[in-house]
Amino acid sequence: MAKKELIKLKINGKEREVAAEPRLLLVHFIREQLGLTGTHVGCDTSNCGACTVLLNGKTVKSCTMFAVQADGAEIMTVEGLPSNGALHPLQEGFKEEHGLQCGFCTPGMLISSYALLKKNPNPTEAEIRWGISGNLCRCTGYQNIVKAVQFASKKMAQGGK
Amino acid sequence: MHKTSVEISGMGHSMKRKEDSRFLQGRGNYVDDVNLPHMVYGHMVRSPYAHAKLKSINTEAAKKLPGVLAIITGEDLAKANLAWMPTLFFDKQMVLATGKVLFQAQEVAFVVAEDRYTAADAAELVEVEYEELPVLVDPHKAMDADAPILRDDREEKSNHIFHWEVGDKQATDKAFTESAVNAKVHAVFQRCHPAPLETCGCVADYNNATERLTIYLTSQAPHAHRTLFSIVGGIPEQNIRVVSPDIGGGFGNKVPIYPGYVCAVVASLTLGVPVKWIETRSENLQSTGFARDYHMTAELAADKTGKIKAMRVKTLADHGAFNAAAQPTKFPAGLFSVCTGSYDYPAAFCEVDGVYTNKAPGGIAYRCSFRITEAAYLIERAVDVLALDLKMDPAELRRKNYIQPAQFPYKTPLGWTYDSGKYEGALDKALGMVGYKEIRKEQEEKRKKGELMGIGISSFTEAVGAGPAHTFDIAGIKMFDSAEIRIHPTGKAICRMGTKSQGQGHETTYAQIVAQELGIPAKDVIIEEGDTDTAPYGLGTYASRSTPTSGAATAIAARKIREKAKKIAAFLLEASEEDLEWEPGKFFVKGAPGKAKTIQEIAFAAYTNIPPGLEAGLEAVNYYDPPNLTFPFGTYICVVDIDKGTGEIKVRRFIAVDDCGNVINPMIVEGQIHGGLTEGLAIAFMQLIDYDENGNVSGGSFMDYLIPTAVETPHWETGLTCTPSPHHPFGAKGVGESPNVGSPAAFVNAVVDALSHLGVKHIDMPITPWKVWNILKEKGITG
Amino acid sequence: MIPPAFEYLRPKTLPEAVGLLQQHGEDAKILSGGQSLIPMMKLRLARPSHLIDINRIAGLSYIREDGGFLKIGGLTREAELEASELIRTKYPLLLDTARVIADPQVRNLATVGGNLAHGDPANDHPATMLALGAQIVATGAKGERVIAIDDFFVSLFTTSLDHGEILTEIRIPIPPAKSGGAYFKLERKVGDFATAAVAVQLTLDGPGAVQKVGIGLTNVGGTPIRAKRAEEALRGKKLDAATIGAAAQAAADAAQPSSDLRGPAAYKTGLIKELTKRALARAAERAGK
Ligand SMILES: Cc1cc2nc3c(=O)[nH]c(=O)nc-3n(C[C@H](O)[C@H](O)[C@H](O)COP(=O)(O)OP(=O)(O)OC[C@H]3O[C@@H](n4cnc5c(N)ncnc54)[C@H](O)[C@@H]3O)c2cc1C
Ligand code: FES
Ligand code: FES
Repeated sequence: MAKKELIKLKINGKEREVAAEPRLLLVHFIREQLGLTGTHVGCDTSNCGACTVLLNGKTVKSCTMFAVQADGAEIMTVEGLPSNGALHPLQEGFKEEHGLQCGFCTPGMLISSYALLKKNPNPTEAEIRWGISGNLCRCTGYQNIVKAVQFASKKMAQGGK
Repeated sequence: MHKTSVEISGMGHSMKRKEDSRFLQGRGNYVDDVNLPHMVYGHMVRSPYAHAKLKSINTEAAKKLPGVLAIITGEDLAKANLAWMPTLFFDKQMVLATGKVLFQAQEVAFVVAEDRYTAADAAELVEVEYEELPVLVDPHKAMDADAPILRDDREEKSNHIFHWEVGDKQATDKAFTESAVNAKVHAVFQRCHPAPLETCGCVADYNNATERLTIYLTSQAPHAHRTLFSIVGGIPEQNIRVVSPDIGGGFGNKVPIYPGYVCAVVASLTLGVPVKWIETRSENLQSTGFARDYHMTAELAADKTGKIKAMRVKTLADHGAFNAAAQPTKFPAGLFSVCTGSYDYPAAFCEVDGVYTNKAPGGIAYRCSFRITEAAYLIERAVDVLALDLKMDPAELRRKNYIQPAQFPYKTPLGWTYDSGKYEGALDKALGMVGYKEIRKEQEEKRKKGELMGIGISSFTEAVGAGPAHTFDIAGIKMFDSAEIRIHPTGKAICRMGTKSQGQGHETTYAQIVAQELGIPAKDVIIEEGDTDTAPYGLGTYASRSTPTSGAATAIAARKIREKAKKIAAFLLEASEEDLEWEPGKFFVKGAPGKAKTIQEIAFAAYTNIPPGLEAGLEAVNYYDPPNLTFPFGTYICVVDIDKGTGEIKVRRFIAVDDCGNVINPMIVEGQIHGGLTEGLAIAFMQLIDYDENGNVSGGSFMDYLIPTAVETPHWETGLTCTPSPHHPFGAKGVGESPNVGSPAAFVNAVVDALSHLGVKHIDMPITPWKVWNILKEKGITG
Repeated sequence: MIPPAFEYLRPKTLPEAVGLLQQHGEDAKILSGGQSLIPMMKLRLARPSHLIDINRIAGLSYIREDGGFLKIGGLTREAELEASELIRTKYPLLLDTARVIADPQVRNLATVGGNLAHGDPANDHPATMLALGAQIVATGAKGERVIAIDDFFVSLFTTSLDHGEILTEIRIPIPPAKSGGAYFKLERKVGDFATAAVAVQLTLDGPGAVQKVGIGLTNVGGTPIRAKRAEEALRGKKLDAATIGAAAQAAADAAQPSSDLRGPAAYKTGLIKELTKRALARAAERAGK
């Protein structure tokens, strides 16, 4: 076994410091070392996006990155969506518009949508579809996810978060 | 049906889902989220060959790796008589290979280590020596004299599994000789896979102090699985607890029992610690329950006016290496004999032969009831071919042949009794939504300009809700399902069912049924499923059976509670029961609405002020055996545009008009339809699990087993008509599967329609751009 | 799936990285965006002994015009190309290409340098860079050397980078006025590699004849292909239907696809012909503006 590296990062606003083997994938680090199981694994070929997290403000597939690479980074997972006690407008949108069924893709979808709205607060339907094109959903057919993002976009424009 | 207030949110309200909050916050609890103290990990060693003698397995190097705890082989299992396990359909399947392997990715050894990474490393160190055997891939060659016999464990030395026929052959043949038109189509429904976003897996936790085995399992049928584990493993059933946690999609994939589960259980029994086994996506696609692989020929006999007289079907079914079809009917081809469709004609004959090949086992009911998708696809394809032969409009041909509303209950020539239907209503609504006349005109004009556009119709009839005990069982267990309702003193409730949601929203819809029947607000009703220690016995969720069975059981159990509540109300109001009237939420004295007792007051009294002669408490259980299946239906219309230069197909519009009887939650129904249509889209245009001549699987990962993204998925247009089921307690039919059953034919019919003027009558799925391009090239249209 | 073990090294400077590459020999690999390397490691198709992570080396990520060239730092991410105002306004071929690579998450990490250094004919940038007549700057122990893109792709997964070299910059001659480019890719779905794709970059002269042209083909051979005959068929000619047709046929003739799940070879050849027509038309339209 290769020697362990100390990884220091900030996740959902909290500083954490854990040693890990270099080959440990970021997704396993988050789920198993840090105990945040909201981030999921849906494939082994970097195709599904269920593992999407925000790394220094950008979406990445945490199954296609080593935890050591995230040393010093700031990460946000679904558990860290800013909420001030209530649901984030995106979470609310997914609930209102029935943007989830089994919920397995949902954390990744939320993170991708969050990043999309940061970059483009008022996206068109086509832009939303492109924005979530790295996230597969087997249940919803995406239509209500699109509506959920539109819901959040409106709500945030009205002075949500 | 009485529509309750929004506060109560009974049936018909688009109540927001109660289960969502945890999923939205990353707090769902899927099987890979289960972490137990001292838990270790399993990893499967799989065969690289499709057919090979297993000469030796050397585990020495792997065992030496620090952190490796155990390596289990087929020989080890054989000692405990566990090397084979029964499938759900009168066959058996190897847990770990002994003697030989029969498909690529077959389970050969199970490595257990302290962590996932070590287990993967050790699996690579297991040395297996194989001697390759001739491979059988083409099902059409399975019965050839020179075909290798795959299953030498069986008494019959043949690759033939079954021959099954149904219907009146003589009458059918006669109709064909007498008819003016005989339309024929050969259609392969390709091998595909349900591929829920979460793969299968389990955590087996044997506690040697209590002698209890708890299995956290991605199971669509936890109770049936408990019983099977008990029967096969010889563990007393009371000592097994199956917990099906949150499930990340099932679609039929999570009905069978897979070798990995058995290995994890054996490892936990051996090591006395919890063992987690989670399959990878590639393992999921390459080794667990595939669907379809039906090679079908259909013929329709009709007169010159287009009236259908008879149908004849011959099908070859590729079941892979073991007949692991997860299907509980008495018929080897399941409900395939609903292939006569939505049409009225007197004669039909259908025969199916099943064969073994060197492919992964399965034949599961992928988002449908046991071979219904194949059946619906076949008849809807055949009707379109008939329309082409007759030069008739496919909508008008369908209209001409529909079973009429007055004919229900309608007995089909192959023996099913459809409960209710108004097929023309759905057709007319769909034609109206798409603007059929105008769009046909547009097509005509485009054709003149050399542009390719097509319109495809599918008027399917589904059969769901397995099912009546006389026809359906799993290993002898009848296909009833159950509900148990307990009302707390404060008027809130907890209910448990024998089914198991995988995203369908049971925690909401069942609560709405209780709300409808008892007037307790749905938000005050907790639904629990999946824990065999607490939930009443049931057969699980697949085949759109939850609403038809557990949903019905919930209504009936609630009605039992209402009966008792009435007695308590009469006592509290000092009135006679006959003088009481019910409206959701309260009993009141006829003509004196002020004299009333709410269900909450009644619940409180059930524990505090019990009428003499009555038992305390307020609860009920029901086990519901449906008298028949329910038969949802609908008409789908697809409009496609084809790019002549590249063969690309764009779905411009898709209209889905569904009829699933009375609706519990319109929002959830619409969501189910969106999802099912998207799966249909993928099957029609993208998906195939294929094998080369050596039995090497392709399409075995998400790189090549394509799941459409939001970009390829069109904007679905949905509509409903409502024809209640006459035999269901609240007139509902299942809906989750209709879109997956009904849509493939609409997509294919649209593409064929776009090319029909070139003489094209059929294209097999998946209709990829290159297939279209090849046709255009051959016809000199492109290239 | 679980990658095999390796030693992880994170140099802070380029010379340090080059030194580490040399020190650890052939089994050491550069880790850039990791979006090709890590998937291969997870499938255990790649087993580097050491990973030299260049992501923390400052000054390897930039997009700027300088000395007659557009210069792209080796570590520049696809997402940065997509977002760059300079690329958006002046390099439509690069924008077209970056947009259809993989998906948003992958583009946030994947680098242009890695895309080329991987030597995968299925990747999209190679054809684009062939069309643009790019130069590759490789930095090794002896300093920098410049490799013409036509000499860069050697065989499947092999480039002319020496083991001890790091791809540090891509140089693209700044196109003169009346230039335009376009990339047409057919993929089975978003996130897929190309079934086939065509990159075209051209410059028109005053009367509208083709003065300069580059055409690159994606995923129709063991290496990315430059369709030289097709370029010749265009040079000095106006882009009428006959000329476009002849060039498209020549591009198709240059393709050497094999049949696979994305389609039979003949289809891919046909696609090259069709996509070449479309790319030429769009490039010309853009050049005209
Ligand atoms: C799901 C998915 C879909 C994809 N789809 C596409 C697609 O459609 N089109 C496409 O073009 N690509 C696609 N890719 C590949 C992606 O663009 C890769 O990221 C890219 O090919 C490699 O870039 P990288 O920075 O990630 O390189 P890495 O993965 O880090 O490295 C790749 C190889 O190049 C070497 N290397 C990297 N950088 C350097 C350097 N500066 N100097 C020397 N050697 C170096 C590495 O040692 C390694 O051998 C896809 C990837 C994924 C995961
Ligand atoms: S788990 Fe599928 S992309 Fe990361
Ligand atoms: S909700 Fe199930 S995969 Fe998206």
